[in-house]
Amino acid sequence: MGAIEDRLLSVITFLPLGTAVALLLPNLLGRRLPEAAWRSLGLASTLVTLLLALVLFGRFDPTAGGYQFVEHASWLPDYGIHYFVGVDGISLLLVVMTAFLMPLALAASWTDITRSVRSYVFFMLALETGMLGAFVSLNLFPFYVFWEAMLIPMYFIIGIWGGDRRVYAAIKFFLYTMVGSLLMLVAMLVIYFLYFEHFGHLNLDLVGGYGPHATGLLDVPIPVGGEGSGVPWWRTQLWLFAAFALAFGIKVPVFPFHTWLPDAHVQAPTPGSVILAGVLLKMGTYGFVRFALPLFPVAATEAVPLVFALALVGIVYGSLVAMVQSDVKKLVAYSSVAHLGFVMLGLFAFNAEGLEGSVLQMINHGLSTGALFLLVGMIYERRHTREIAEFGGIARVMPVYAALFGIVTMSSIGLPMLNGFVGEFLILLGTFLASPRAAVIAATGVILGAAYMLWMFRRVFFGPLENQANRGLLDLNLREKAVLVAIVVPIVWIGVYPETFLRPLRDPVAVVLERVELARREAPPGRPGGVLHPVQAPVGVERLPGGAR
Amino acid sequence: MVGVTEETALLRWIPLLPLLTAAVHGVMLGVLRRSLPREGVIALSCGSVILSFVLSLVAFFRLLGLPEGGALVDDLYTWIGAGHFAAEMGLRVDALSAVMILVVTGVGSLIHVYSIGYMDEDHREDRGFQRFFCYLNLFTFSMLMLVLGENLVVLFLGWEGVGLCSYLLIGFWYADRFNAYCGAKAFIVNRVGDFGFLLGIFLLFRALLEAGTPTLSFAGMEAAFGAIAEQTVQLPAWIPGPSEWRLPTLIGLCLFIGACGKSAQIPLYVWLPDAMAGPTPVSALIHAATMVTAGVYMVCRMDFLYAAAPGASATVAWIGGATALFAATIAIAQTDIKKVLAYSTVSQLGYMFLAAGSGAYTAAMFHLGTHAFFKALLFLGSGSVILACHHEQDIRKMGGLKERIPRTERLFWIGVLAISGIPPLAGFFSKDQILAAAFASHLPGHLVLYGMGLFTAALTAFYMGRLHYLTFHGECRLDPAQRDHVHERGPTIRVALYVLAFFSATAGLFGFPEALGVPLGVEHPHSLWNFLAPVLSEERHHLDHATEYGMMAAAVGIAVGGLLLARALYREPSDLPARIAERAGALYRLIRDKYYVDEIYDAVIVRPLVFVSDRVLYRQVDAGLIDGLGVNGTARAVRLAAAHVLRHAHSGLAQGYLFFLVVGTLVILGYLVG
Repeated sequence: MGAIEDRLLSVITFLPLGTAVALLLPNLLGRRLPEAAWRSLGLASTLVTLLLALVLFGRFDPTAGGYQFVEHASWLPDYGIHYFVGVDGISLLLVVMTAFLMPLALAASWTDITRSVRSYVFFMLALETGMLGAFVSLNLFPFYVFWEAMLIPMYFIIGIWGGDRRVYAAIKFFLYTMVGSLLMLVAMLVIYFLYFEHFGHLNLDLVGGYGPHATGLLDVPIPVGGEGSGVPWWRTQLWLFAAFALAFGIKVPVFPFHTWLPDAHVQAPTPGSVILAGVLLKMGTYGFVRFALPLFPVAATEAVPLVFALALVGIVYGSLVAMVQSDVKKLVAYSSVAHLGFVMLGLFAFNAEGLEGSVLQMINHGLSTGALFLLVGMIYERRHTREIAEFGGIARVMPVYAALFGIVTMSSIGLPMLNGFVGEFLILLGTFLASPRAAVIAATGVILGAAYMLWMFRRVFFGPLENQANRGLLDLNLREKAVLVAIVVPIVWIGVYPETFLRPLRDPVAVVLERVELARREAPPGRPGGVLHPVQAPVGVERLPGGAR
Repeated sequence: MVGVTEETALLRWIPLLPLLTAAVHGVMLGVLRRSLPREGVIALSCGSVILSFVLSLVAFFRLLGLPEGGALVDDLYTWIGAGHFAAEMGLRVDALSAVMILVVTGVGSLIHVYSIGYMDEDHREDRGFQRFFCYLNLFTFSMLMLVLGENLVVLFLGWEGVGLCSYLLIGFWYADRFNAYCGAKAFIVNRVGDFGFLLGIFLLFRALLEAGTPTLSFAGMEAAFGAIAEQTVQLPAWIPGPSEWRLPTLIGLCLFIGACGKSAQIPLYVWLPDAMAGPTPVSALIHAATMVTAGVYMVCRMDFLYAAAPGASATVAWIGGATALFAATIAIAQTDIKKVLAYSTVSQLGYMFLAAGSGAYTAAMFHLGTHAFFKALLFLGSGSVILACHHEQDIRKMGGLKERIPRTERLFWIGVLAISGIPPLAGFFSKDQILAAAFASHLPGHLVLYGMGLFTAALTAFYMGRLHYLTFHGECRLDPAQRDHVHERGPTIRVALYVLAFFSATAGLFGFPEALGVPLGVEHPHSLWNFLAPVLSEERHHLDHATEYGMMAAAVGIAVGGLLLARALYREPSDLPARIAERAGALYRLIRDKYYVDEIYDAVIVRPLVFVSDRVLYRQVDAGLIDGLGVNGTARAVRLAAAHVLRHAHSGLAQGYLFFLVVGTLVILGYLVG
């Protein structure tokens, strides 16, 4: 165990891909493992990954601060490229959520995916390693490699096992993301050289002190203006931020870069949608909180009005468009646009309430929307349609399905005692403290969210059971029940006792906020140090615990 | 104002017991797909609520043992904490919540028992005996959290929870499309209210944070409120109305939007009449006695805020008074027995807000309590009628039931007299105090409010009399086939009716007015006032006794008049009502069709929103502009360019781009390494 403990993050990250490669080995001898073996060993490896992720969660010290379980190994040291992984509270939660969703997605597709099962399992496992790697990487090079690498399995999952328009959807997904990524790559290179200019050596580590160098990219003073560039309109930090923001914003997706999402979600097979919504979208928001905000704090505060505007449009627009969808899956897809709008608001509220709520909401959305896609997949497997009009009254024949769907629906519309409420409430509160006007608009999402979800729920489950095709529908089997109950447990847990998940967030969120605050204060005179007038905590008000009483 | 507090783990069990039984039912039905036998369901569900009632009584007596203004508290853990914000999962019983938990668990227990008999008669395809009790228990839990919560966030937890249960129970018989529609409507209209409620919470928290006391606990807010009571807020210029607002007024108005949703006040009352689609015990418990009074409770709970916000209080009073009158006019022309009661509930809730807005929080709470008794009695009585008539709800088809179900008739009549304000029944006392409060208050136009209240009292007596005479008197208009099967129902149904009738008749004694008590030689006869006064920031209005006697006489006279008019018109079959309706023509149709408010909302809000979302946003912006022009346009441009420049590389899109990906990665790698 000792060796595993020292390399826990690496083991978690590479276990899925390692399993996939190991499963390929018999091919070298000309003997393919049976599909059943691929399926069960694949599931087993994701379960072990989950177990290790839970161990990670248990061993993580939320009070310690900084990065934990750090591994640092030189790779191409002359170029500052290192294998550098570690987690803080933010990435910890995302790692656990990813590891949690993966076995569920595999189990849910147990009977659904029957074509090329071996490749399917291979791609899913490769995808998991890609996602986990991106969350734990603290050196920009491996981060970028993982970031790009996860695109390929997802591209194939949509393109091969997807619906009728899968190829169009897969390419759209791929191109959208590539465009953003390439700009980000350019921006990364600029930072790379800025670091070199400043410190005289090359380094792509985000933070220093863990490897050979005491400094990391975060220590580079990235010029706010165009000092020395000779180009009058050049604003280094703003442009670099823009490049990162575009890459992440497309992933999130921020309006108006969202149109790849309904296509990809609807066309992807169930596990693809679950992972896409649950984890891949969080790559974008994670990118903001891990890279874009800390690296370019001044530009980020300057961008607040624009980001707020786009997030608010996303909330209202996503909800309204979700309201008029006739396909359940598309409805859920558009609801993601609205939910992620909330997450963006919280991130750019630049206060602890908003930021903690935001990161928690990333997890919440992964659980709720993941569960919704699982549920939609289950009915699709039975009826081969997702048209709302095809259903009606199926609570009568599928009471268990209806009950679990109901709980997830309530979680999605933010009912207290379920997870969505905690995140949404904190985000709205944080937004209100930063900009009441924005919070007023965002809060309409509370109404619209209920409207489109209940509209759908009513039309699918209630009313007379008129369509003959629905009469013989079988209720959930044991496997499906197990999958859904497993996902309802954290939904309730976060709703009732969110402290378990908020505690690890406190320190990393404070670190981000401190950076932003500092940069804002040090911003050169004459330049707006952010356009917000956030509530300043008065002297004598303690941070938690002991805030309110 | 904050007195002695005593820690006790007793409180948590009051809401927890019904939650546990709800969870048992939920897991059994929702996961295992097994159902308990009927007796098991009854034992668990009714048992847990009755036990909660007993614990509430214990808590009540322990509270009496504390010095005035004291409270029992039970802090479980920090529920949500981030930055400066922290909400405890904490419960608190002071005088105000003690009254509420007694009403909720007391009336709740009775209605649970009544429901056994009622749901036994439910012979629909999907018999949901256990499901019904699961929702009812969940509701009891949520309602208890609402009134026990020691801060606004826990109150909001209960607030949303009761909304969910209301949704589930209105649409309980979901196979009927209309029921499901009504449930969803209730939830969404309530969410409109929650929108305001949340903003009120945020506004309050922001101000308290700036003042250095970030808290949302009621005790903490009350202590800290002085620091922000005089602040003002600037609203953006595009919002109509004055740009500078007093902070308490703005907060009070925001919170009141929430109350308008939950307690069915103008303009958000539209869901409550439709909520009658649910089973009748639900209408009695949720949509008359408890949940819909949550808004009144909230305003009384935030009395320190409203006392400092005359503008908000005036709005509360005016909206309440207007709703009372408005709903009463609609009730006159309704023909569904439950619809009459529903509009009557809207109207009575208006009275409570009229009182609360006038600063008479005790009178509001008093009417809340008496109304819980007599309205539950009326609803459960109507449930007996509906059962007796085999789910017939149209009073035009009833009549003459007096001979067939005499016991129900007598009990119902007690309810009618109580709500009409005939002394010495409960409604007389509570309504009288509301009218007196409106009369004596310093609100702008308080005499008009008093007049509206008095006129509403007349209408109330009239429509309740009409309901009673049409249902029980005259000739029986039921189908001959049905007529013979009309009979009284079993003991579980009767017990609840008797107990409720008893309290409808006598609960007024808890709020015996000074003007009557002093001549009888009783000092401070108003025991509810004595109990609540230490926790409410209420100024007592003093009217001289002569004025009070005059007002009582007016109220009684007008109530008797209303009843007599109804008797004259509806006791014996006559064509007079029809002739009057014909004469009134448009006016009659206007009130019969509820002022077309639903239709107006549909045309002005719902339809345009759906149209814009579908035709403009989805089809034009999403598919047309962004995808058509932006994405595919770019793709086409790139393809055109590529066709010219890289004619050879263009062999199928997917392969092509993969090729570029690989090449690109190699180039970059090469650049970095080399």
